[in-house]
Amino acid sequence: MTEKQTNKGPEAHYFSALNSGRFIIQKCDGCAQHIFYPRTVCPHCTGTTLNWVQPSGLGSIYSNTTIHRRPTDGGDYNVCLVDLDEGVRLMGNVKGIPPSDVEIGMRVKIQIDIHEGQGKAVFQLLEEK
Amino acid sequence: MNMKDLRGAAAIVGVGTAGCGEAHGYTEIEILAQAAQAAVTDAGLTFDDIDGLCTANLNIAMWPLNVIEYLGIRPSFIEGTNIGGSAFVAHILPAMLALASGACNAVLVCYGSTQRTSEFGRKERTVARNLLDPAPYESIYKPFNPPTSYALIAARHMHEFGTTRRHLAEVAVSARAWANLNPEAFSRGPLSIDDVLNARMIFDPFTVHDCCLVTDGAGAFVMTRSDTAKDRPHKPAYVLGQASAAWHRTVSGMEDLTVTPALQSGAAAFEMAGMKPSDIDMLQLYDAFTINPILFLEDLGFCQKGEGGPFVENGATGPGGRLPVNTNGGGLSCVHPNMYGAFAVIEAVRQLRGDCNERQIENAQTALVNGNGGIAASSQSTLILGTTETL
Repeated sequence: MTEKQTNKGPEAHYFSALNSGRFIIQKCDGCAQHIFYPRTVCPHCTGTTLNWVQPSGLGSIYSNTTIHRRPTDGGDYNVCLVDLDEGVRLMGNVKGIPPSDVEIGMRVKIQIDIHEGQGKAVFQLLEEK
Repeated sequence: MNMKDLRGAAAIVGVGTAGCGEAHGYTEIEILAQAAQAAVTDAGLTFDDIDGLCTANLNIAMWPLNVIEYLGIRPSFIEGTNIGGSAFVAHILPAMLALASGACNAVLVCYGSTQRTSEFGRKERTVARNLLDPAPYESIYKPFNPPTSYALIAARHMHEFGTTRRHLAEVAVSARAWANLNPEAFSRGPLSIDDVLNARMIFDPFTVHDCCLVTDGAGAFVMTRSDTAKDRPHKPAYVLGQASAAWHRTVSGMEDLTVTPALQSGAAAFEMAGMKPSDIDMLQLYDAFTINPILFLEDLGFCQKGEGGPFVENGATGPGGRLPVNTNGGGLSCVHPNMYGAFAVIEAVRQLRGDCNERQIENAQTALVNGNGGIAASSQSTLILGTTETL
């Protein structure tokens, strides 16, 4: 599934889609590689025809850390890097399990949390059959 | 001209520091000027002789102008590139080119920060930087940078190669052992592997002992062409190799979290110097976090990729170990005023001069400095220095 670039820069287009609950990334017409974060020029081949696509949303934890905070400051939280199956990497948080249970290599699926109109891509563990 | 023609063409002939640790009541430009004055005097020169300037500041974009006005100099060569803490190592190649071309005759490289004691604190600076230099695809996840980025790097290295928290602790303990031989070091006193392992975890897998200090400090050094370097009061430290590399900005943009741009900068610096790791007597590796020296030992070719952890075991890089690393105590235990690169250079020069008393490496002829910059090992700059005997 592809869609056309709207009349805004790729950053604005990305966040506009995210705020409406859709996670989309770019795919270069020239070299067929996926790109994240969104850009005006392909960092792989210098191409400028970059189409928006909806990825599978599936990926694996590439690295992972827990930031330790006092419970009164909100407690510990997870920050991870996820490699999507399309071959791009992004930062995220894993939701639904304690930060200390997150491990490199875990399979995850993206979900979009919308809070006060702001979309955020987060991850939950994928129950593999 | 090729890079090998620049081997030994310039030398560091003066060094100085000021305000290291806590510089209560002083501003960053004030301690910078003190360090600059010390370095210029150490070189047997005055500010009138300085016609080249390299400097950068974490928060101020046109910082060379601040320094030029404060010192009252009128340089014809001005280099203000800021690629993070490696900048003051990376300034050396453009300085050499300017000296070799005759664009200038004496270059002052200088830096100062009062991040520890200044009233405009880290919190305000972080907020300001996030506004002026946003990372919108990361900041929503609340990484606490730079520690979060280096924690992710360390976690991946541990996952791929079996590197342990004990290996990381070895780096912290070696740094402290060196600091205990250096009266100028900020953190002195006993520190054991167990002290590190049992400390409170703050950025998994890092405890406070895995993270560099937050201190004030200013550092400066002076470079001239080699033909005039021998007329200066102290033994020159000749630049045998120098190269920089940068591959990314954020940790999300780092292709392989276990490989830094030091792979590229190190190979180029060794090529220019016509040397190999076994020719190096001591290393000064920017240790922003305990994982950094492990990564650099691998990327610079002192061991295979993945073997940096075992390499540092049993105090191998500490006093009396087989390869001295960070003989001043490094950013972990000596000094770390936001950007540390200049201090690593200064320690290497002091060692090659034989000025280091208790921590002196006997008969040191060569030193390798690796500067690290950015929030995710983003830029690297490798410097190889040698005494007259190595020319």
